[in-house]
Amino acid sequence: MPRDDGIGASVRRKEDFRFVTGQGSYTDDLNRQGQTYAAFVRSPHAHATLNSVNTSAAAAMDGVVAIFTGQDLLDAEVNGLPCGWQVHSKDGEPMVEPAHPALAQGKVRYVGDAVAVVIAETLGQARAAAEAVEVDYGVLPAVGNMTAAKSGKAQLFEEAPNNQCYDWELGDEAEIDAAMAKAAHVVELPLVNNRLIANPIEPRVAIGDYDTATGEHTLFTTSQNPHVIRLLMGAFVLGLPEHKLRVVAPDVGGGFGTKIFHYAEEAIVTWAAAKVRRPIKWTSDRSEAFMTDAHGRDHETVAKLGLDADGEFLALKVQTDANMGAYLSTFAPAVPTYLYATLLAGQYTTPLVYANVRAWFTNTVPVDAYRGAGRPEATYVIERIVEEAARQIGMDPADLRAKNFISPDAFPYQTPVALEYDSGNYAGTLEMAKQAINYDGFAARQAASKAAGKLRGIGFSAYIEACGIAPSAVVGSLGARAGLYEVANVRVHPTGSVTMHTGTHSHGQGHETTFAQVIAERLGVPIENVDVVHGDTNNIPFGMGTYGSRSLAVGGSALAKALDKVEAKAKKIAAHLMEASDTDVEFKDGQFTIAGTDKSVAFGDVALTAYVPHNFPHDELEPGLEEQAFYDPANFTFPAGCHIAEVEIDPETGTVTLANFVAADDFGNIVNPMIVEGQVHGGIAQGVGQALLEGCVYDEDGQLVTGSYMDYAMPRADNLPNFTVDTQVTPCPHNPLGVKGCGEAGAIAAPAAVMNAVTGALRAAGVTKPIDMPATPSKVWAALHAS
Amino acid sequence: MASVSMTINGKQVSGEVEGRTLLVEFLREHQRLTGTHVGCDTTQCGACTIHMNGEAVKSCTMLAVQADSAEVSTIEGLANGDELHPMQEAFREHHGLQCGFCTPGMIMSATALAKRNPSPSEADVRHWLEGNLCRCTGYHNIVKAVMAGARAMNA
Repeated sequence: MPRDDGIGASVRRKEDFRFVTGQGSYTDDLNRQGQTYAAFVRSPHAHATLNSVNTSAAAAMDGVVAIFTGQDLLDAEVNGLPCGWQVHSKDGEPMVEPAHPALAQGKVRYVGDAVAVVIAETLGQARAAAEAVEVDYGVLPAVGNMTAAKSGKAQLFEEAPNNQCYDWELGDEAEIDAAMAKAAHVVELPLVNNRLIANPIEPRVAIGDYDTATGEHTLFTTSQNPHVIRLLMGAFVLGLPEHKLRVVAPDVGGGFGTKIFHYAEEAIVTWAAAKVRRPIKWTSDRSEAFMTDAHGRDHETVAKLGLDADGEFLALKVQTDANMGAYLSTFAPAVPTYLYATLLAGQYTTPLVYANVRAWFTNTVPVDAYRGAGRPEATYVIERIVEEAARQIGMDPADLRAKNFISPDAFPYQTPVALEYDSGNYAGTLEMAKQAINYDGFAARQAASKAAGKLRGIGFSAYIEACGIAPSAVVGSLGARAGLYEVANVRVHPTGSVTMHTGTHSHGQGHETTFAQVIAERLGVPIENVDVVHGDTNNIPFGMGTYGSRSLAVGGSALAKALDKVEAKAKKIAAHLMEASDTDVEFKDGQFTIAGTDKSVAFGDVALTAYVPHNFPHDELEPGLEEQAFYDPANFTFPAGCHIAEVEIDPETGTVTLANFVAADDFGNIVNPMIVEGQVHGGIAQGVGQALLEGCVYDEDGQLVTGSYMDYAMPRADNLPNFTVDTQVTPCPHNPLGVKGCGEAGAIAAPAAVMNAVTGALRAAGVTKPIDMPATPSKVWAALHAS
Repeated sequence: MASVSMTINGKQVSGEVEGRTLLVEFLREHQRLTGTHVGCDTTQCGACTIHMNGEAVKSCTMLAVQADSAEVSTIEGLANGDELHPMQEAFREHHGLQCGFCTPGMIMSATALAKRNPSPSEADVRHWLEGNLCRCTGYHNIVKAVMAGARAMNA
């Protein structure tokens, strides 16, 4: 009988008690003895020379402890923020990688770029003094979007004369052009992947502390990956060795990618705390978050799909411009290249794929990974153009997809864009989704809407993603400057309870429960006797953190390996206690037994023996029962599935109502179905948000127009329906748990599904020119009235 | 500086605050009741929702001195020791939270709804929660939790 707290059970979350009772411990809930407060002076201009920064009046104000400018950082030899990935252009040249000072030096390059930091006794005093810092800006022309950047109206960096960061390609352009020339149908589609702001509800916070007695620096920060921050900040920015630098990311209120990156404020509070010998706390307000958290997406693409007369895909050619913003954020260059173009085969057998990606600097906040990172953009391109092709050649969109799917017996499948898919059953999830939404009944529902004066549309999105990031050797060969393995430590205590340390980080994903379920299942201990610890570099051996749906696929695999070691050692101890050979010992449900005998010993007795080793095989084993494993994945994992959206449009107002949304996903094996469903719901909401509501707007001169929740339309409870979600299981063949990752699927799949539904409904009303996201009422209304 | 006194979670408290001190600052920084969160500066996100004199209000949008003499309750006052309030239990049971940051505001808002409407429909809940942002859950499980929690509170 399966355990009710083991693998496959919807165990209620261990972390919830503290959250529902208001006892979570988020970074802003922490205060340090003698703490001071930081406020930043930020540029109101998108592009300007810093003629002078005069801090003398501010420094004389009440409560001011210190003020630092970019010049102070330069004098102290504090380096700029590093970029973690180097992309090479198609001519072999490395990307342009300008310095990214933590406080602006010489020039400011986006609205919100930090010029100085004021440290004071109270937050009010810090803010008041920040207002009094006199900055003489020499305002320069600015480029607020990629079109302006290409025009050369302004130049951000000397080393990037045309504002281009790189011009990268994957595939053979001549070959693809030749194939396209022979195609019976060529479908061309321009697409904009709108710029988004991640908007975790907890704003970023950083507290720096310095222990004069030990020389240890501590940073408390809202991060998805404390070890990555320690590595980047310690080794590259501040020159601090790991053993004197502790980074703690306690409870974190959502991340969605934007809390991966190493931010200037983290380095500044850490460095300045040692300078002023006082702890320093900085808490972003929401306006600051809009201006300084790395944004996501922001692609402009023209895609071309060639098909033969029967609808078989022959070639896909994609030209994409990607906005990097004003500086290169931590993983920015990888997002529109190796996390994007490598997914452009989608679920299909398209034999030839070519992508050319040009990345541009603009006077906007840096752009980096946001939930899905590159894969939503790839899915949007493929699934929009496939739907458009179906419409143009008059085929059912589900049939066109099914015709071109990689078949379930073709795995492992080498795509033309570098990746080798490990497993999948795409027809299975397509069929599951069609059933869930009652695809056959759509025509009747559309007719009913029409009778009521409404337009109805249905749209598919058959997505694939590369998760379980990532095999270190592979990403290293592609330009990553770090490895992407994961680490687990399993400490069995003398009484048989267990503490597990993981290098992944939970900021909503429920690792404290999911990982504990794996341990309960494997060791046969009740889940309440298992604690999962993350988020503190002083506690955790090492780790690369949580993003790219990697925690269970990589961190869970490390856990499985560590459990293998625990089990192997425990078996030897049990064998000694039972006076048998360890090869004869079986372990199940927390009991060690010898087949064919009535001998048995409980896991708890073995644990106790390991720590009270009176009767112990000392010649063979060390006392204790604690094991650690690093796991570097053999391949990415490839979650895939099919989402279908159905929308109703009121042609009088242009309002789009999401009438139904179904998701059929294949995440491999599932440890906690309840948590997985929650992850899918959240992802869908963000994807629907991108399609219907959200859009970050800068004006041409680089002023941020959507700088608050009054201007940036976040999905709210009354914008969304309930979602129908289901899963199919095709286990991952190359990791020990057979898991693939579920965190990003919704955000990857949903935008194309919703926009295919919207454009489908509009097409039925005679609008053939597709509209871009977000499909706001005004945009939809205008499209209807232009037709 | 001004003196304020109020009842918070049944306990009489008083303090000296600046005139500009927000109620949420008084709760978080003066009283160290950090369960009430701050997620925005335009009264849009609802993470700071508390009850004042029985009504759900956003504590980032009022001054501490405006709560003088009021009865305030926060997320910390809901559970009875280890025994969760029915709305807290419903959020746990229905996985109505992920990162937990919006959760205190959601729960405080939801209990106020349940007092007005003992059996809210899905549409009622979605409409009522329009002033509380969640970025994690897509609201699906929050809506389920609030409907179940309201029924349990009024059972």
